[in-house]
Amino acid sequence: MMKTIVAVKINPRDNVVTLVGDASPGDGVRYMTPEGDREITVLDKVPFGHKVAASDIKAGEQVIKYNEAIGRASQAIRKGEHVHVHNVASAVQGGAT
Amino acid sequence: MRASCYLRPDGGLGVRNCVVVLPAVLCANEIARRIAGAVVGAVALPHAGGCTCGEDVARTERVMAALGSHPNVAGALVLGLGCENCDSEKVAQEIARRCPWKPLERMVIQEVGVSRVIREGTALVEKMVRKASECERSEVDLAGLTLALECGGSDATSGLAANPALGVAVDRLIDAGGSAMFSETTEAIGAAHLLARRAANDQVADRIVATIQRAQERMVPLLQPGEHFLTSGNMQGGLTTLEEKSLGCICKTGSSRITEVVQYGQKPQEKGLILVDGTGFDVPSMTGMVAAGAQIVAFTTGKGSPVGYPIAPVIKITGNPHTYERLGEIIDVNAATITQGISDIDVVGEQILQEVLAASSGKQTKAEAFGFSDFSISTVAGAYAGV
Repeated sequence: MMKTIVAVKINPRDNVVTLVGDASPGDGVRYMTPEGDREITVLDKVPFGHKVAASDIKAGEQVIKYNEAIGRASQAIRKGEHVHVHNVASAVQGGAT
Repeated sequence: MRASCYLRPDGGLGVRNCVVVLPAVLCANEIARRIAGAVVGAVALPHAGGCTCGEDVARTERVMAALGSHPNVAGALVLGLGCENCDSEKVAQEIARRCPWKPLERMVIQEVGVSRVIREGTALVEKMVRKASECERSEVDLAGLTLALECGGSDATSGLAANPALGVAVDRLIDAGGSAMFSETTEAIGAAHLLARRAANDQVADRIVATIQRAQERMVPLLQPGEHFLTSGNMQGGLTTLEEKSLGCICKTGSSRITEVVQYGQKPQEKGLILVDGTGFDVPSMTGMVAAGAQIVAFTTGKGSPVGYPIAPVIKITGNPHTYERLGEIIDVNAATITQGISDIDVVGEQILQEVLAASSGKQTKAEAFGFSDFSISTVAGAYAGV
């Protein structure tokens, strides 16, 4: 059964949003922006507190949260895809260890 | 934007008007409590220091002098035992030098006797409280107001809702001429490069990096085997990189330039956003910032921490709806509305700023209404201070 999960986009410049509920593939993710509400479709199983791409992110491109780079995409990430240790590399720790 | 505060003769801005009893050493704590406990409007600042290694003694003296001189304090009794390393006379002289206007007394227990110190100390403090009651609030702009930023009992909602909303409030406060302080150096490990980029100049950038580097060097040997700054639990909770974890903590500082780095309890020269080199442990961290001059504390808590502070109001903010439901009695601003998708970071940020102005103007925080008065001074020697 498809449902809509609330997410938070912390800064308008961010390219990821953080989920406030558990999402399954096909669920909607709704978040507020200064220009009004947005909704995207989540492509993976994504738990509470995890991130989803708000737009397509190219391999090597910065992943932005809090208006800051939290790492770089280690592979291309599609809008709605789970963004985590499998597709993001840290600049300071050489991988999430 | 204005608030109604106590404008002190030395130019300091007080948001509270308390009288403090400052024990110079742990062994004088109980007598300090007796004296303060006997007078409504007085508060004791008991701590575990005063007789440890040189660095800790210097820190205790610096913090005591700073708290005695603090603009939220309208009178001070410095209470020495007599044989401690902390120099209570030097502390009293420093308070008198910074605040010649302030009622100030010093007593030494071994010179006077216990019963007499309690009796005469109580009478002196009672007189200071009555004198303090003559101070009046007046309308001031925010140029002299400094907000300390703290988080404790953090969870996933802290970096998601409460801290970013606090960051909005901090940006607006600084835009209006106010200042803010953050500490918790150990929680900035992994984010040194991000903070350094926000430094006002190269010198400040270097100090930020060096300060965090030193915290890392001191902290790493204390970690258990397998303990990392980013744990498996962090990753299960959704944190992907060390940068993200540290940003969750430091995003409560907003986006302003960092103008200065100061020692624990050291008064800055600059205005704006200040890094105070301090502990990640909430109560001694607040002391580092209040002693450095902050008059009020904004404290984000995911799980719900009840702590208050003896001489400064502490505003609690949670982003967790369950915490707000269970522990709303200790929460001043509900940021869980962000997590629930019914409000946004800007709106809650403005609510926090308004609460800061209201509390600065005399509104009681929930921790104050409960009478919570947690105090501690961070020590380097810690458990090994067996002097």
